[in-house]
Amino acid sequence: MESLALQIFNGLSTGSILLLAALGLAFSFGLMKVINMAHGEFIMIGAYVTYFFQAFLAVPLRGAQGPKEGLVFLLSIGAAFLITGLVGFLLEMTLIRRLYGRPLDTLLATWGVGLILQQLARSYDSRNLPVTSPKWLVGAWMATPDLALPYKRLFIIALAVICVVLIYLFLYRTRNGRRIRAAMQGREMASCLGVATRRVDALTFALGAGLAGVAGSALTLIGQIGPQLGTTYIVDAFMVVVLGGVGSLPGTILASVLIGVFNSFLEMSTTATLGKVLVFVLIIAFLQWKPQGLVALRTRS
Amino acid sequence: MPENRSVQRWIIRWIPLLVILFGATVILPTILSSFEINLLGRFLTYAIVAMGMDLLWGYAGMLSLGQGLFFGIGAYCFGMYLNLEAVGPKMPEFMGLYGVTELPWLWQPFRSPVFAIIAAVVVPMIIAAVIGFMVFRSRVQGVYFSIITQALTAIIALLVVGQQQLINGTNGITEMKTIFGHSLAEDGTKRALYIVSALTLAGVFILCRWLVESRFGRLLISIRDDENRLRFVGYNPTLLKMIVFSISAGIAGLAGILVVPQVGIISPKQLDIAASIEIVIWVAVGGRGTLVGAILGAMLVNIGRSQISTANPEIWQLIMGALFIGVVVLFPNGIIGAFKGLFTTIRARLSPRTSGSSIPVVQSVNQA
Repeated sequence: MESLALQIFNGLSTGSILLLAALGLAFSFGLMKVINMAHGEFIMIGAYVTYFFQAFLAVPLRGAQGPKEGLVFLLSIGAAFLITGLVGFLLEMTLIRRLYGRPLDTLLATWGVGLILQQLARSYDSRNLPVTSPKWLVGAWMATPDLALPYKRLFIIALAVICVVLIYLFLYRTRNGRRIRAAMQGREMASCLGVATRRVDALTFALGAGLAGVAGSALTLIGQIGPQLGTTYIVDAFMVVVLGGVGSLPGTILASVLIGVFNSFLEMSTTATLGKVLVFVLIIAFLQWKPQGLVALRTRS
Repeated sequence: MPENRSVQRWIIRWIPLLVILFGATVILPTILSSFEINLLGRFLTYAIVAMGMDLLWGYAGMLSLGQGLFFGIGAYCFGMYLNLEAVGPKMPEFMGLYGVTELPWLWQPFRSPVFAIIAAVVVPMIIAAVIGFMVFRSRVQGVYFSIITQALTAIIALLVVGQQQLINGTNGITEMKTIFGHSLAEDGTKRALYIVSALTLAGVFILCRWLVESRFGRLLISIRDDENRLRFVGYNPTLLKMIVFSISAGIAGLAGILVVPQVGIISPKQLDIAASIEIVIWVAVGGRGTLVGAILGAMLVNIGRSQISTANPEIWQLIMGALFIGVVVLFPNGIIGAFKGLFTTIRARLSPRTSGSSIPVVQSVNQA
């Protein structure tokens, strides 16, 4: 019973990391049909922002009032969102904007951007850098005497949930969110009705990038960071979006949780690599049945 | 005089090829050093892969991020044979490290070079056909195809890394000494491998040219430009796409056979996604949708890399990144496209009365 619960928890944990990595893609790929191969490097930027906060800002921010490293960490998540979002915004304004309607070309161009960003990180420091997690995230919650749930993993799950809730509120309760949905569902009509679609595009892309930054911050909790950090997650994140159904927030959530849980169970019953292979096979098989993904979205485009 | 014309056309078409082939196989080996010939021989195999990629992407509009995988599978197949040739009746050395005492069944048939060569071509073709069948049947198109082939590559690379006892995991297969009894380190062997690569490249070029100029080639272009229309006219795009994907995978596998004796190693690093995407940039730099462009791009990018990257690997990464961006934004049709554009402008300037070009220019691929 405990092992089953632990597997499910591990699955949820993997799923929530996938979700954080894929949420941003759900925006850039799902809503804008931009294959952002630099998304992994956006994740990397987010991780580095957290690292810099800890390395250079922790002491001045902490001041004389004793250690508030938890606060610094939380601040760094916000900063990662803003800074990565800004990078995304600039990228959209300078490059992506020229490539709408040519998805395969966005793939190549953003791969180039990714190479450059990776190289910049490597020139800063080619080694992997450790980030110390805040003290209150060290340790585990003993759900039962035999079931230890690490606080870090719980925090990542919580962060994923918070992000989803905020995105939902943004998309469905604010004007900008409504504009994004309008531009996505019927670009021309939205534009006729006065939505500045170009500005919406920049905003959407920046938002997707910012979410990648948050994912990067979260990843500092579970391992070292380095220039290659993003490449580990990019393929999985794309598979989440494809499985979930392009442009569908519920689909993305469902897909990441499913992939996470399946992965966790298959890895337990076989090996880590074989588990991943089986998940891939299952996804391809599923797409045979439903090529649109888990949640198909109707659009007028 | 139609006959005279056809002879003339034949000369225009094939003489340049023969001249280049003569230069590459007879003249270059006499002036270049053994090291340079070896390097160039490797680049020729890259050019072969690039041509397969071009057939798939430039003509049929399908951007596969799995070509590096097929290239690698071909290389693994032949690498396994070379390893067995090196150890003779014994076991590959790395297997001893993992306590494997009997040659695994997977390795058994690779004692035969003929089997290894056939497998290097056929295994990628089968994988491509199976994946292609499933993907295209469910009408997965465009970017989804790219994402799925990318995931396939990542998964198989992972699988290979995990198989330490079978194929030495991350370290790859490195134990190669001779090819058909000739030492790989010898100058003569290197030159021979170079010449074989050049001839194979020429052969693949002729095959691809024949394919793209036939009815099949026109069907490929129509897949790229309007697949639905093709379907409504009564063709079966699924089958066509499967075939072209499979052919391009086979071409990549063939190149894999030639690359492995020239580099002496095959490891999962060659199966990396980055390696697959790099193949795309070779084609893009040269000019997608032209076979010569694919060859040119593969050669130029790799020569550039070998010149710059040895002295300054960091700068090469940045150049590579800039190349990806620049080629997409500034020169979507690559070097060949840029020259064609220049050529047409000059012609139009010189003779304003002639209407259009007599050579049918392949349309640019903007919508993919």
